[in-house]
Amino acid sequence: MTTTSRWRALTHHHLFWPLAVLVVLLLVNVPFTPDFFSIKMTNGHLYGSLVSIVLFGSPLILVAVGMTLVIATGGIDLSVGAVVAITGALACSYISDQADQSALSGVLLAMGLGLLAAVVCGLWNGFLVARMGIQPIIATLIIMVAGRGVAQLITDGQIITINSSPYKLIGGGYWLTLPFSIFVVALVVAVTVGLTRRTALGLLVESVGGNAEASRLVGIRSRRIKIMVYVFCALCAGIAGLMISSNTSAADGNNAGLWIELDAILAVVIGGTSLLGGRFSIGGTVVGALVIQTLTTTIYTIGVPTQTNLVFKAVVVIVVCLLQSPKFRAKVLGGRFGTKPGANGGTGRPAAAPAKTAPATEAAPKMEVS
Amino acid sequence: MAEPRPVLEMTGIVKGFPGVRALSGVDFRLFPGEIHALMGENGAGKSTLIKVLTGVYSLDGGTITLDGKSVLFGSPLQAQQAGISTVYQEVNLCPNLSVAENIFIGREPTRAGRIQWKRMRQDAAQLVDRLGLDIDVTAPLSSYPLAVQQLVAIVRSVGTGDSDGEGSGTKVLVLDEPTSSLDRGEVLELFRLMRQLRDEGVAILFVSHFLDQIYEICDRMTVLRNGTLVGEHMVSELDQVGLIQLMIGKALDQLDELHEHQLHADVGETLLKADGLGRTGGIAPFDLEIKKGEVVGLAGLLGSGRTELARLLFGADQPDSGKVTIGGKQVSMSAPNDAIGAGVAFCSENRKTEGLVPDLTVRENIILALQAARGWTRPIPASQRDELVAKYIKALDIRPANPEARVGQLSGGNQQKVLLARWLITQPKLLILDEPTRGIDVGAKAEIQKLVVSLSEDGMSVLYIAAELEEVLRLSHTIGVLRDRRLVAQLTNGPEITTSRILETIASGEHQ
Repeated sequence: MTTTSRWRALTHHHLFWPLAVLVVLLLVNVPFTPDFFSIKMTNGHLYGSLVSIVLFGSPLILVAVGMTLVIATGGIDLSVGAVVAITGALACSYISDQADQSALSGVLLAMGLGLLAAVVCGLWNGFLVARMGIQPIIATLIIMVAGRGVAQLITDGQIITINSSPYKLIGGGYWLTLPFSIFVVALVVAVTVGLTRRTALGLLVESVGGNAEASRLVGIRSRRIKIMVYVFCALCAGIAGLMISSNTSAADGNNAGLWIELDAILAVVIGGTSLLGGRFSIGGTVVGALVIQTLTTTIYTIGVPTQTNLVFKAVVVIVVCLLQSPKFRAKVLGGRFGTKPGANGGTGRPAAAPAKTAPATEAAPKMEVS
Repeated sequence: MAEPRPVLEMTGIVKGFPGVRALSGVDFRLFPGEIHALMGENGAGKSTLIKVLTGVYSLDGGTITLDGKSVLFGSPLQAQQAGISTVYQEVNLCPNLSVAENIFIGREPTRAGRIQWKRMRQDAAQLVDRLGLDIDVTAPLSSYPLAVQQLVAIVRSVGTGDSDGEGSGTKVLVLDEPTSSLDRGEVLELFRLMRQLRDEGVAILFVSHFLDQIYEICDRMTVLRNGTLVGEHMVSELDQVGLIQLMIGKALDQLDELHEHQLHADVGETLLKADGLGRTGGIAPFDLEIKKGEVVGLAGLLGSGRTELARLLFGADQPDSGKVTIGGKQVSMSAPNDAIGAGVAFCSENRKTEGLVPDLTVRENIILALQAARGWTRPIPASQRDELVAKYIKALDIRPANPEARVGQLSGGNQQKVLLARWLITQPKLLILDEPTRGIDVGAKAEIQKLVVSLSEDGMSVLYIAAELEEVLRLSHTIGVLRDRRLVAQLTNGPEITTSRILETIASGEHQ
């Protein structure tokens, strides 16, 4: 094992490039904000840019994690932004109708109602995609468009503001010195990883996304799996919806979670999951979402004028996507980072080669196993 | 005698992939007006050599000389423009476009930047006509069976340079396994075409696993083994046994062994019974009985309904008449799950589209069926999983023997073994094999046939579909003969059953 091959193994890890981009983006902030990496304790709460990035990025991480599974099955869910709005609207309007907005039972019920609505949206999406065979981009477009209208109906077209301290905790409160949303995100990510990798769900999802027909013929109930991932994705969006409305103590049917579906898709792609479906990486998605949130923060720190804000973001996204392409790396950065096949110290084949002649005679006695 | 100058010379070709040295210093030459066979087992480097030649892969070392000039192709298009056309094993065309569009895709006749549709159709029709084929060039490619699509792919590559005379014309035509999905009539058609082109001075590089075809059509052959050159021979100077020994690297006696093998007589009670099972447009209603430990072979031409019959027994397509009983219980067959639950396993003839998940590893592909049957909440424990996978990799001799390898990178024969392993792990009662030996090398073919024999001896029933009648005849207790999407006869195998007898039955469509 030489340093070169270690370096190679490192650069070929699927999280290397997303993490590299994240680190570079974070470092860019230092000249502009020298104490960027410092974290201070004030009033028993931790404050600092890093904490803020995770805090503000929390809803995006949640939505993107759900989106990852949908994309892994070869689908896409455009409705998550609308689900964010519906969930927030439902929860806030229920709380605002209560005599005591801070009553725990009322808040819990409100959250339950919101999440139930999210699950219904997910079932609808899953039903259209898996049962009716509608293309995911069209099927989820329905709630993307109609869902905002539903949210508006729930809030009567108003921005509903509430004053509920238990509800405030989810998106704006602190626990053990850290923002509470970080714990929510950690829990959801842990549950997702456990659900997909501790069970066979991840394998079956990747199989359905990798080859739908082969999966059907191998006996995978792909409809059921697809419905499950759309419901899960909507549920994640629902939690994000609670978080966003809790953070602002208000439900805005029009603007809550606006365009979050696009950022979420971007996060998934930056994280290394292919839009064609198949292999997925939850860890990659989390890093991808952090990259996007850091980018937003960076835009403010280095003082990019608001008008050119989106252009700047677009440029960075292009660079990130190019860096992820092995073809681009091989061409521009040279063989060291690329995946030029010739440069590889091939170990597998030459050793195995002499044995290649064996099957004719050796295989015969082994075939008895059945 | 002075040899003519080769039109193409490849010297010292080296090509590697991550972890694999696919070609190490291979020399290859091709003369104008010859049909040259490239021989070797799966993974010997045939496809890699072709892809290096046609610009799909870049070279790691060595030189290519075309017409005396050193060339280096950065893309298939460059190779094509230089006069090297290729037809690959899998049809690389767009099924949704018309035949004419497929023939001219990428080099459409244009005027002022606009495609001349009429001229394109005329030229395509002319080309198809010249090659003696009866194809409507305006119809979408998908309306034709796979075999005709393959012919269109050949027409497309032959047509290169013909379109407006500015190309240099096809000097080298590479045919990579073009016959693996053609029936006998279509093969003869292709051979006629190949001879015509050879006589026009085109150098043809032909890859096929059918040795008889090599000996029928080729003039010269180059043999590869493990990415190195073993030798170049005139076909007339090397017999089939000698060739197989060169390819495998040692004497091969297990094929002979198979020829002599006796069908075991230990066939048990009825396992599966189909009564009037049928599907409109697929196969006419048929009755079929498969006994425990019995091998039932299906014989018939391409498109005769072999695959359709198998798919009905697996629930891959839904029958619209009849019923199936397995082990005495009626099974609804509305989805593959029903059949799998009753102990039926199905290896599709289309390994890539209906079998493997190319992105997943060998291990994941192998456990997929078992895992699907257990459901997502009950993952196979890691230790048990690794043990099972290792056992089957060893038993079926899957190479590379690395459970982490992506299955898409394996050679055809090894992919087939992965599919077999996937189903064997579930210990099915009935194993349906649709063309399990298609496109794989002699060694692996013999292994798979031996496996079928040993499985049936252990009491597993097998439904065996193969285009090669000898294969069906060698393995089957009962042979179902299909013709025009109808099961016309069921013959009990015995000394009086020969391939010609089966052919007669197919031809006459009657049980004699």
